[in-house]
Amino acid sequence: MTVPLPSFSFAPYRLTGTVYGVLLNHAGALAALGETVNARPYLAPPTAPVLYVKPRNTLSAPHQPIEVPEDAPHLLIGANLGAVIGRTACRVAAEQALSYVAGYVIVNDLSVPHASYFRPSIRFIARDGTCSIGPSVVDPEHIADPDALRVRVYVDGRLMQTTDTSQRLRPLERLIADVTEFMTLAPGDILMLGASAGAPTACAGQRVSVAIDGLGQLENPLVVERETVDAGLS
Amino acid sequence: MKRARVAYAGAIHEATPHAGGLQLADGRVLAEDSVVWLPPFDVGTVIALGLNYADHAKELAFGRQEEPLVFLKGPGALIGHRGQTRRPAGVRFMHYECELAVVVGAAGRRITKADAMRHVAGYTVANDYAIRDYLENWYRPNLRVKNRDGCTVLGPWLVDAVDLGAKIELDLRTTVNGTLTQEGNTRDLVHDIPTLIEYLSGFMTLSTGDVILTGTPEGVVNVNPGDEVVTEIEGIGRLVNTIVDDAVFGR
Repeated sequence: MTVPLPSFSFAPYRLTGTVYGVLLNHAGALAALGETVNARPYLAPPTAPVLYVKPRNTLSAPHQPIEVPEDAPHLLIGANLGAVIGRTACRVAAEQALSYVAGYVIVNDLSVPHASYFRPSIRFIARDGTCSIGPSVVDPEHIADPDALRVRVYVDGRLMQTTDTSQRLRPLERLIADVTEFMTLAPGDILMLGASAGAPTACAGQRVSVAIDGLGQLENPLVVERETVDAGLS
Repeated sequence: MKRARVAYAGAIHEATPHAGGLQLADGRVLAEDSVVWLPPFDVGTVIALGLNYADHAKELAFGRQEEPLVFLKGPGALIGHRGQTRRPAGVRFMHYECELAVVVGAAGRRITKADAMRHVAGYTVANDYAIRDYLENWYRPNLRVKNRDGCTVLGPWLVDAVDLGAKIELDLRTTVNGTLTQEGNTRDLVHDIPTLIEYLSGFMTLSTGDVILTGTPEGVVNVNPGDEVVTEIEGIGRLVNTIVDDAVFGR
């Protein structure tokens, strides 16, 4: 179950497969929660970045079919800018943070929609294949401003969301600084910037595609979950 | 069989226990404190359980759970036996968690409880620190509490599953500077190992080297710079860690 991750012709040349996401980094996404951020169970808006891990079983390549669990039955399409770390990033100052970025890539972070952000089950976030990365890692010299890139999401070729990478509570350099204050990022790790509010959903049988200015387009078909069991042992 | 991974004299080695400390595969016998201990296997996804002992859940004032409380960790959190873990200045409650770590052998998806133990390669000891000052009610337990550099200690040994048999009822204990602070037994897991493997593999493929930290019993206490924390599991190993302050890290 090894997924071919994009390799690229500049340092660090390959991805580690370690991918971190951040929830509610888009101003609109947090605003959409309104006053509930102060009510139970949250009691206050988040102060640190709301981070999560996309483990290695979630990694998918472009065009690889992604399974939709029968009990979902939709997946939320989290269109993300992924920053590929270029050198060991530990306690990085915001002013220097972008110099730690080796490149950018599209990450389609799919999840089972869940209403509560308190302590959601990882079955919503960590299902097989729900983190598609590609089509290629792009040198930052081709990306003038990572915080001003237009993002589009298509389902079956139809434009479902038009947004951009701006209006982040933590623009990329601030996010890298706040994350690396307590957890080191390694060369080839990916840190996602966080999806915009209003992410569309799609179901099995549909094709989802994320396009970001300068990074190309990342497409995957969604399919019905297969029924295989325990193939590891006979 | 027990195996460790250690760094010594310019290379990384597999090592086994020896009366004189440990023995490298190439024959050298070394004192325990003459090598650098690494996590004892090539670690894949780190899957951790919250509140998986009834007494600890009560200690933290949680009620009955509907499904296992699972969170994930990244590779930067990992360190080996005899390592150092930083306690940031100004925090009020940083605690260890002694946990049985279950290492996945054969990969699988939708593994049944009946087959689950055949997917276990072995076991090691985990000490999974938390700093409760940083707890926020968003995607709990948030990574700032639970995924800090050097805050997940694994080792010293990976013990083959066959050596422990199918019934895993092992005493766990933690001492801080020699004083017993935490005691439990893995028979008191709310969700036992087969249940966890069936649950997890129901939505995520488990692969060789993935590790499940099965949670901690009651008895977590605050630790301070200079403290030596020893987490120990019967038949598996005795995992030593030292708490250090910011100055060690140039902060």
